[in-house]
Amino acid sequence: MNESDAMNPARREALALGRDMLVGGAAACWAGSPSARAASPRRDAPVMRKLTLRVNGAAQALELDTRTTLLDALREHLHLTGTKKGCDHGQCGACTVIAGGRRINACLSLAVMHDGDEVTTIEGLGKPGHLHPMQAAFVRHDAYQCGYCTPGQICSSVAMLEELRHGIPSHAAADVAAAPAWTPDELRERMSGNICRCGAYSNIIEAITEVAGAQP
Amino acid sequence: MKFDTPATKNPIDRLAVVGHPVDRIDGPLKTTGTARYAYEHHDAVARPAYGYVLGAGIAKGSIHSMDLAAAKAAPGVLAIVTADNAGPLGKGDKNTATLLGGPTIEHYHQAIALVVAETFEQARWAARRIRVDYGPVDGTFDLARAKESASKPASGKPDTAVGDFGNAFAAAPVQLDATYTTPDQSHAMMEPHASTALWDGDTLVIWTSNQMVAWGVADVAKTLGIPKEKVHLMSPFIGGGFGGKLFVRADAVLAALGARAAKRPVKVALPRPLMFNNTTHRPATIQRIRIGATREGRITAIAHESWSGDLPGGKPETAVDQTRLLYAGANRMTAMRLAVLDLAEANAMRAPGEAPGMMALEIAIDEMAEKLGIDPVQFRIANDTQVDPEHPERPFSKRRLVDCLAIGAEKFGWKARNPHPAGTRDGRWLVGFGVAAAFRNNLVTRSGARVRLGKDGVVTVETDMTDIGTGSYTIIAQTAAEMMGVPLHRVVVRLGDSDYPVSSGSGGQWGGNSSTAGVYAACTKLREAVATKLGLPPDADFADGRVRAGSRDVAVADAARNGELVAEDHMEYGDLDKRYQQSTFGAHFVEVRVDAATGETRVKRMLAVCAAGRILNPKTARSQVIGAMTMGVGAALSEHLVVDRYAGFFVNHDLAGYEVPVHADIPHLDVVFLDETDPMSSPMKAKGVAELGICGVAAAIANAIHHATGVRVRDYPVTLDKLIDRLPLLAREEES
Repeated sequence: MNESDAMNPARREALALGRDMLVGGAAACWAGSPSARAASPRRDAPVMRKLTLRVNGAAQALELDTRTTLLDALREHLHLTGTKKGCDHGQCGACTVIAGGRRINACLSLAVMHDGDEVTTIEGLGKPGHLHPMQAAFVRHDAYQCGYCTPGQICSSVAMLEELRHGIPSHAAADVAAAPAWTPDELRERMSGNICRCGAYSNIIEAITEVAGAQP
Repeated sequence: MKFDTPATKNPIDRLAVVGHPVDRIDGPLKTTGTARYAYEHHDAVARPAYGYVLGAGIAKGSIHSMDLAAAKAAPGVLAIVTADNAGPLGKGDKNTATLLGGPTIEHYHQAIALVVAETFEQARWAARRIRVDYGPVDGTFDLARAKESASKPASGKPDTAVGDFGNAFAAAPVQLDATYTTPDQSHAMMEPHASTALWDGDTLVIWTSNQMVAWGVADVAKTLGIPKEKVHLMSPFIGGGFGGKLFVRADAVLAALGARAAKRPVKVALPRPLMFNNTTHRPATIQRIRIGATREGRITAIAHESWSGDLPGGKPETAVDQTRLLYAGANRMTAMRLAVLDLAEANAMRAPGEAPGMMALEIAIDEMAEKLGIDPVQFRIANDTQVDPEHPERPFSKRRLVDCLAIGAEKFGWKARNPHPAGTRDGRWLVGFGVAAAFRNNLVTRSGARVRLGKDGVVTVETDMTDIGTGSYTIIAQTAAEMMGVPLHRVVVRLGDSDYPVSSGSGGQWGGNSSTAGVYAACTKLREAVATKLGLPPDADFADGRVRAGSRDVAVADAARNGELVAEDHMEYGDLDKRYQQSTFGAHFVEVRVDAATGETRVKRMLAVCAAGRILNPKTARSQVIGAMTMGVGAALSEHLVVDRYAGFFVNHDLAGYEVPVHADIPHLDVVFLDETDPMSSPMKAKGVAELGICGVAAAIANAIHHATGVRVRDYPVTLDKLIDRLPLLAREEES
């Protein structure tokens, strides 16, 4: 969390709510009889929160159960199902979206933490007939098979090239202080949070390399 | 249409569209997130309720009682389905364990309840409020300990024998007798098993992620006790399957039951951590291989025995099958034994049988070549056979294994390989080359399609075939375009709907050849209808959007000017696959680098050379092979469902613990397809390729690691702990 987030009372409150929910959840898992819990239904009544997401340039006002992840807000409430749920645990990258210019796993983030945030999903990058250059490169290089990890791979790669452009270092760099090289090994390292079980990796790196080469 | 004589020249041979590396026609949908998967049909299903599955917390035993009170009282809960209240349920023909457990529990994380609520969060919360009192009993979870009690499986061919293996092996001057193990593995496809179900009167409408639509209809109907005609099942996009979605799973049945109980559409996705123990997996094997050879390197005796486990009523992993066909040798035997294990159901995963079988056999072949002092490529070539070794009167339809090996060796630069293991070092890296043969049988199966020629000249194909990432949409479109003589963009393909003719479905690498052959049959009928309508002879030529015969030259679309023309047919097969052994062949070449200090293995480069009949689309076919090679890297180096032998479940049941390859693990992959047609397979002259690609990969890597380090590991995966205390150069440094 950066300075301005810490000063944002709405966000602080939302995070506190999130923590409360987690603590309550943990306690209920381990303690108390079911009948005792059933006797106090208000304790597990959903806590609702109003928020606005700016998704693909459009403001979206929502009132959500605070347990709702950004991923489920997009998929189940805004019906933007291009963002995929592969694991819901931050292990596969299928839910990668771009929030505030950074790629994140939407499943690891509660929607209420993003009140007012700009979020770009796969639907915001391009549409059939008007593909983003990365989407077009994925088609040309057959950089997908089943297609389920594909939106995450594409969102991740678009944001990843920005990270490279800004000189953000990676584990693959020999010298983290130097400007990162645009090598396949760099791309592979930086894309390793996006699993493709169909095994299109070889083609995905070629698609990204082509786009990276066209936009130095 | 019946295919019972070898294919001769036909419209596909024109290769105006078929055989070209065209982009996938569903690519723009998949890359923009507009392809709809089973959980995503918001357009068709308003206000679905959400189901959350509770899995059993014990591996074996029974449920004494379930206290649902707290869960029922939880906010938003609409219904809770358990075996107690679901009414009588059958068991699908393709399922070994029941999909809704209770009171009997057959395996860990067997579904025991579905909580249906207004929201996902409410359903999840309420599911955790269910209290279950279990009566656990002891189970059997350890294949090594159960091996002695394993018995002859009831199905298949558990024992085969030709000649006199015992005496021939004993007499062989060079012998190998080694035992290999492969671990339990998970499909781990990216889209979890998911279904959306609603009841339209007494008809179940269900979108589910399933490779085999007709099997799915039959088993949903059987499980729910309703007629097949009352199930409308759709699976237009499937986020990966690899065999894990061949069968109806708990999400589909529970979504249907939940929708009935809640009187609302219900959608259910299996939570990722539930999938590994709830659904099917590739079972672990123990394999003993014995090979006897002359000093010149001719195999005289070969034996392959395999042990695997499954739930009661289950089947063995047929890991010995390829050994009956791959190499020559007059004296041979195979045997499979099946132990009862109380883990989740064992079943098909990409190239069942051959994938784990080749993991063992192709190390054994490497070991034998080393014993003989013969190059492993040459040893394989020397023991090639052009006939079924058990039935020498039965030839292979096409068998170019030798070409695959020789061409691959040339392209890979195999002759630069140091003949001595542990003999090449590049800085901190020990460098090794490895090779393995690839082999997978080609299966053909009945497949149907319906083809429409619209007034606008657009050709529409309808079949219940599925596209699990294989490229079915595209190769079916190419087939119809070729047959009807229209450009690709004038073809629409509709798949994965039980309202369409029954197809082969996707499995066993039979889908590409079989489903396009079905489209060929339907298009043949449509061509006849078009020719009749236009008053042209049946042998009219279809090309460039025109139908031509003699001096007549008419637009195809003209035939439908007064109304759509529709034709439906299926392809069925005679006995060509009995008279000829139909298989696919390949060779995998790998260079690995093993860290001399840590034993970490990195794959540097890989090449596959494949001979698999006509390649209908080299772009999508190549993707199938590189995907299989990637899965083979996982099998070689990291994939291992670890069994808790006391509690009886797979411990690493998520994508953090079950390690599949990621970008950083996979270099650029090279694939070469030999120019080949197989007229015995179908009019398409194509064969399967998606499973061939994984067969032998893991062994090629294990052989390369041995070549790099001198360490022979016979227990997969080849992780660094199995190498580190035997790394040669480190030991030498310690001495100095």
